[in-house]
Amino acid sequence: MGTWDLLRNVWFILVGVLLAGYSILDGFDLGLGVLFPFLAKNEAEKTILVRSIGPVWDGNEVWLLTGGGALFAAFPHAYATVFSGFYLALMLVLFSLILRAVSLEFRAHDRARKKLWEGAFVVGSFLPALLFGVALGNVVVGVPLDAQMEYAGNFFTLLRPLPLVFGVLGLAAFLLHGSAWAALKTTGALQQRARRTALTMTALTGICYLLSFGAVWIYLPRAVKSIPAWIFSALVWLSLGLLASALKKRKDGRAFAFSSLVFLSLWGNVGAIHYPNLVRATDPALSLTITNASSSALTLKVMLIIALVGMPLVIGYTIYAYRVFKGKVGVDDAGY
Amino acid sequence: MSPVFLARLQFGLTAGFHFLFPPTTLGLSLLILILESLYIRKKDEIYKDVSSFLIRILGVVFVMGVATGIALEFAFGNNWSAYSRAVGDIFGAPLAAEGVFSFFLESVFIGILVFGRRRVSPRAYWLSAFLVFFASHLSGLWIIIANSWMQTPAGFAMEGGRAVLTNFWQAAFNPSTVVRFVHTVLGGWITGSLVAAGIAAWHLLKGRSREKAGLLLRSSVIVFAVTAVLQLGSGHAHSVQVTRTQPEKMAAFEALWQTQTGAPFTIFGIPDEKAEKTHLAVRIPRFLSFLVGFDMNAMVRGLDEFPKDERPPVFLPFAGYHLMILFGLIFIAMAVWGGILGARKKLGESHAYLRLIILAIPLPYLANELGWIAAEVGRQPWAVYRVLRTADAASKVVPAGNILFTLIAFTAIYALIAAAGISVIHRLVRRGFDEHAAGREGQSAGRGTVPTPAGPGGGY
Repeated sequence: MGTWDLLRNVWFILVGVLLAGYSILDGFDLGLGVLFPFLAKNEAEKTILVRSIGPVWDGNEVWLLTGGGALFAAFPHAYATVFSGFYLALMLVLFSLILRAVSLEFRAHDRARKKLWEGAFVVGSFLPALLFGVALGNVVVGVPLDAQMEYAGNFFTLLRPLPLVFGVLGLAAFLLHGSAWAALKTTGALQQRARRTALTMTALTGICYLLSFGAVWIYLPRAVKSIPAWIFSALVWLSLGLLASALKKRKDGRAFAFSSLVFLSLWGNVGAIHYPNLVRATDPALSLTITNASSSALTLKVMLIIALVGMPLVIGYTIYAYRVFKGKVGVDDAGY
Repeated sequence: MSPVFLARLQFGLTAGFHFLFPPTTLGLSLLILILESLYIRKKDEIYKDVSSFLIRILGVVFVMGVATGIALEFAFGNNWSAYSRAVGDIFGAPLAAEGVFSFFLESVFIGILVFGRRRVSPRAYWLSAFLVFFASHLSGLWIIIANSWMQTPAGFAMEGGRAVLTNFWQAAFNPSTVVRFVHTVLGGWITGSLVAAGIAAWHLLKGRSREKAGLLLRSSVIVFAVTAVLQLGSGHAHSVQVTRTQPEKMAAFEALWQTQTGAPFTIFGIPDEKAEKTHLAVRIPRFLSFLVGFDMNAMVRGLDEFPKDERPPVFLPFAGYHLMILFGLIFIAMAVWGGILGARKKLGESHAYLRLIILAIPLPYLANELGWIAAEVGRQPWAVYRVLRTADAASKVVPAGNILFTLIAFTAIYALIAAAGISVIHRLVRRGFDEHAAGREGQSAGRGTVPTPAGPGGGY
């Protein structure tokens, strides 16, 4: 394997790591965003829930921007094909993220429209939580591409069984992660509800995973031969099982760690069946792979240096910030 | 309407709206760093209170910047996928690097600034203020690197229609990066400091929080005055660079139709691209030659030297550039007036000056936008100067209808965000320097503020 190929493989993994990091970190605030009006029984509980993510959601979302930037820099063709091809679907995600980003701040201060901004936060969390999985399902199962690497389908091409099942799986996992976070950050009756919800979502994620597994078996029969995929699959079940047991024992920290592990194993699972493709084409000869979609060796190398210098720092101060805000949400903490 | 036109319109709208927020962040983060440094040294609570007030405003400005910034990262793939394929080898890296080196840092430590005063030590809090200042400026650097590469591309080779990186440092520090970065940062400092000065002036005119508002006024007017004067130098250096590296852009800025020695500077005029002349022109003879070369007789290249299909439009760059300069001169005049008042220790007493500051708040925003419009329209017809035409940069598979539909959606969403943002910032400003003050409408705007317990129902 030459240096260029090695770099391409490294970047396949690194883009995956960034997206996995995004789903673990922003995942809980997306999930909580969908769940909070249902978990909370009154305004005070709502406030506790949104405060639990207030200081951190913003840094979490940067994982998506950095993951997108890394995809753009390392595999520009994949970025170009997906973003122009899945146009309306991704615009829906974008509008959701925009409204969601301002909604917490505005909910607190724009009293006349408080309900509107609360709704924006819920819907703006729900749509990305669902559509990320749909988009991923599409690049995994394959979409129509032409010889110029351009998307040749339409909006409805995106709504096929496997992508939809992936979408629901993603949503269930986000809800699971959000409720595990809520259990970790709250006390009393609210915490009890969060734990019960997390347990329900664990079961739901398991069911959705089983459905996804079936869909992959039907639509991507070759994937079933991948041994790494089986290992990750076993890890998904193991972490779901450990998660359920941790929730029952009221070990909330451990539960949150295992729901993070669910995401990691899901990403490993997808990576194993998808490699070396980035966007699978209906005609396999036209697929975008880490070879035909990548940047030059020099760009990949520069990017790797950037990642190796920057990401340890990012991880270091992110851990610091979580420690600053660790523990239960205090009612006397600064609001917005 | 063609997809390319609609895609340009959409980028103009989304980038133009986004560009209201980062300059404000740059200026406010500088003021916050100054106030937090004074607080650490003098241990006087007044610095803390004034800084905390600015931090609450920064929190709102920052999330609006984040929200509207996401749209731009999507845009290169959504609407400009041919561009992304052609230059992604170079253009993607600074965007990713912005995320890794700056945006994470800024987001994480803004979280600590806004929410963590009671949870970290004063030193750690000061460090957070420093890191927010540092990261927001570093973030600006990466974005300016990406945009400057479109203006004066370097460090690459063309291979099969794609630009391929050959030298990272040459690409990053291309001929326009440094001067454009300095110019943009100074623009941000002018913006943020004038906003802060305006807020302080409003409080002083209302007779509220005299001491704190006075401190905010002094510190922000000092920053404003110094940067307004420095901006004259950076603007000059930037113009000289444009003349050297993008001569047709400078010709459009100045509506200079013919190459000439001893070129005049046009103070006012209405450029007519069809007739290739400027109506109602008021000119200073030889002044343009003097400005770009410190030589009354220097030759300046005019639009006639360039093929018609490689000339930028003239009206927008000309108008944008000249109005920006006009506003820059107004800022210098305000800086001088502020300096005189400050020297006489009467800065907070001149009601005329305080009113002027409030009225002038929109001007730096206009100057930023107009300068940006001049720079980007002046680059046309190129997306990447002499490398890739804008017409060839748009997505090939996105129908005009989709772009129009999303353009309408953007307009509606941004109008909503703008309305809410203005009302939220207005509320924060009225609430004033005391964190728990209840300065709501209906209550007298007097100095008496009623602290409310910060229970779960308060705050957010």
